[in-house]
Amino acid sequence: MSLLRQHLIDPEICIRCNTCEETCPIDAVTHNEDNYVVDADKCNYCMDCIAPCPTGAIDNWRLVNEPFTTEQQFEWDELPEENTEALSDSDTPDDDDEVRELLAQAHAGVRARAPDSAGKPLLNMFTRSAPARARVVGNYRITAEDTESDIRHIVLDFGATAFPVLEGQSVGILPPGQTGTGKPHKMRLYSVASPRDGERPNHNNLSLTVKRVNGGVASNFICDLNKGDEVEVVGPFGDSFLMPEHPDANIIMICTGTGSAPFRAMTERRRRKQPDANGRLVLFFGARTPNELPYFGPLSKLPDSLIHKELVFSRLPDADKEYVQHRMKARGNLLGELLGNSHTHIYICGLKGMEQGVEESLHMIAEKHGLDWPVLRDDMVRLGRYHVETY
Amino acid sequence: MTALKQEVNYDDLIPNNVNLSEDRRLRKALEAWHPGFIDWWKDMGPDGFQDTPVYLRTAVGVDPKGWAEFGYVNMPEYRWGILLAPAEEGRTIPFGKHKGEPVWQEVPGEYRAMLRRLVVIQGDTEPASVEQQRHLGKTAPSLYDLRNLFQVNVEEGRHLWAMVYLLHKYFGKDGREEAENLLKRTSGDKDKPRMLGAFNEETPDWLSFFMFTFFTDRDGKMQLESLAQSGFDPLSRTCRFMLTEEAHHMFVGESGISRIIQRTCEAMNEAGITDPTDVEAVRKLGVMDLPMIQRKMNFHLAVTLDLFGNEVSTNAASAYEAGIKGRYQETRIDDDHQLHNDTYAVLKVVDGELKMVEETALNAINARLRDDYVKDAEGGVKRWNKLIKKAGFDYELSLPHIAFNRQIGEFSGLFVSPDGAVIDQSIFEANRGTWLPTASDLAYLDSLMRPVTEPGQYAGWIAPPKVGIDNKPGDFEYVRLAG
Repeated sequence: MSLLRQHLIDPEICIRCNTCEETCPIDAVTHNEDNYVVDADKCNYCMDCIAPCPTGAIDNWRLVNEPFTTEQQFEWDELPEENTEALSDSDTPDDDDEVRELLAQAHAGVRARAPDSAGKPLLNMFTRSAPARARVVGNYRITAEDTESDIRHIVLDFGATAFPVLEGQSVGILPPGQTGTGKPHKMRLYSVASPRDGERPNHNNLSLTVKRVNGGVASNFICDLNKGDEVEVVGPFGDSFLMPEHPDANIIMICTGTGSAPFRAMTERRRRKQPDANGRLVLFFGARTPNELPYFGPLSKLPDSLIHKELVFSRLPDADKEYVQHRMKARGNLLGELLGNSHTHIYICGLKGMEQGVEESLHMIAEKHGLDWPVLRDDMVRLGRYHVETY
Repeated sequence: MTALKQEVNYDDLIPNNVNLSEDRRLRKALEAWHPGFIDWWKDMGPDGFQDTPVYLRTAVGVDPKGWAEFGYVNMPEYRWGILLAPAEEGRTIPFGKHKGEPVWQEVPGEYRAMLRRLVVIQGDTEPASVEQQRHLGKTAPSLYDLRNLFQVNVEEGRHLWAMVYLLHKYFGKDGREEAENLLKRTSGDKDKPRMLGAFNEETPDWLSFFMFTFFTDRDGKMQLESLAQSGFDPLSRTCRFMLTEEAHHMFVGESGISRIIQRTCEAMNEAGITDPTDVEAVRKLGVMDLPMIQRKMNFHLAVTLDLFGNEVSTNAASAYEAGIKGRYQETRIDDDHQLHNDTYAVLKVVDGELKMVEETALNAINARLRDDYVKDAEGGVKRWNKLIKKAGFDYELSLPHIAFNRQIGEFSGLFVSPDGAVIDQSIFEANRGTWLPTASDLAYLDSLMRPVTEPGQYAGWIAPPKVGIDNKPGDFEYVRLAG
């Protein structure tokens, strides 16, 4: 059975100002004497109505088997409860299990929750049975040609289709074709590397950071894409690894390789929208060499007033191997001070192997500053201030 | 002033979609006006909060994605933009004797005075409400409400800019003088008051503020809607964009009163009070009793209805005929949009009694707009009553009769009860305290007006909102107060 994410208006909050009806480009919003409602047969999720709504009533969604008719909605005094039965395993959207499994792996060990001040993510708008189609408008290698790692910056344009994402969310790419046993290829999830208003502000596009993996169907498919090619995209996914929008929020970002993608998005969001925010951005970013560190050039140019950068290399000639966890210890005073601040959020993204070392460093730094790390960590997890996404 | 001019980059300062960078004459005019506006804002805008960062919405474009940019702003640095709704290609004048002709991009000479007058009246109300509300910041029931007050204020400021843009761009020297005068009149001033009565009333407390935004800003919505129909396209496009912001003001009013009612009902239930008219008991709880809310409604509706002018008006008829100001949602009305053969039933005073009288539809334009207004306002009242009923109380709020306590138009000088009975002055006076706010109501309200400045905390007489602004969490610091 297929589920629909239905767009609804909360009648208790709506003040019938007609703004949404006026704004909707395809007349999907209508009203009677009591309520303004969205016609599920017409709404195409373009989201034009969301920002102009003065009340927030417009931003409501329910997973349903059968959409509520406009007549039903006209009668409501309040929104119906979320129908949890509709969410039972047997009824989930066709590719939800696949996504859930991938996300569960990525978030293993941490019961994730979004930060309080994060934006509200939209989820599963496009599914395997009804994917969005995007056109490739850019495919750039961002590691030096003479290095082993081929990491690409891919820009996808969604044309007239709205595909709203928040920084930290992922999208799924469906490689075309089938496996030897006749099943469709598995989807792969990629963190979005651009902020919500697009790789270019106010263009309906987003970017991904993709590393070519030897023998990987999806990554080779993506890394070989040409400008103008079409790809099938599903999602967006992920409702916890999201950036806090409170301007006082400190964001500690710890990553290796393509794990930098969500941090590129978060940093760019801060740069565009809150350049004067009080909260600090601190980045620990590990790679083998500068030539293999994705976005090395542009990243180096970001001013220290926006982001404190610690670029860490493990294969520099004439230097000892250094990993992010080492550098974190070396910056123990900075991190210790931030750990004691209730506005601090930690994000870890990259290879699974890094997680343990990073955690040990945090533990050590916390103790040194008189903080009980296991308690602090649990607190941070509970409050959506500690996030891990590894693969 | 020269120094200031050099410092200000007007392209950055004034988000606009009117090609400001290429219109030298207009730039020059606005550059001359801008310092005076900033002085006015500092003198007459929110008192005590000029250097406070407030989480505000700024419109930087007119497309759905560009016009709600949120961030902390110190109000004098708010980017008051000049934004017109996108032009509709091939738009024709939708009503009046020019119906079907292409809309005007310049002011037609014959309608110049009439248009200027309408723009000036509209423009005069915008700074007036900022002036009326300037002391409210000191008694805000929460940071959330404080932020909403300031959002309303800066948007009224932007609406002033919108009208000043029209005056500067299309009305030459006269326009510039009128734009100057918009900063010279002051709400409630004995010598130079604002042009309309309701905009010289005080807004001393937050119940008054919510009532004002619910009732009086709703008149603004109706006026803007009818001007959005105008054949003078720049006026139409300006007003269309203003309407999207005006919606926020309606929201502040309607939800503010909802939250007051909700809190009152909760408190009465907690205390086991079953009779909402047991005012003494209710006031002991530190919440606003429903009968007082009813009296405030009575007052604010009457004052606002006066803004619609004479019910039967040849001025309004002329503006309609000329294609300058239409009816509410003109294009959705199914008639010939010229009204030469139509009539409209208007409530009038005939031999001391209230009677419906058929008037020519043209002369009844104001009466019709007022009727549409009352219908629009009733929607909110219905919502409030649902809250009261849901909480288990047998009490209904209602709009008073349109002839109640009126000072302008058909019913001025007449004594009418809230339920519409024509009565003697003596009976009216004997009931004044039941129907209109009393000195003790105002003193009680005043006693409740104590600021709450902790993020996420609310004064005891108002419930927290159901959702935050811009989806923010409950304890979000909407206003960063110093210290």
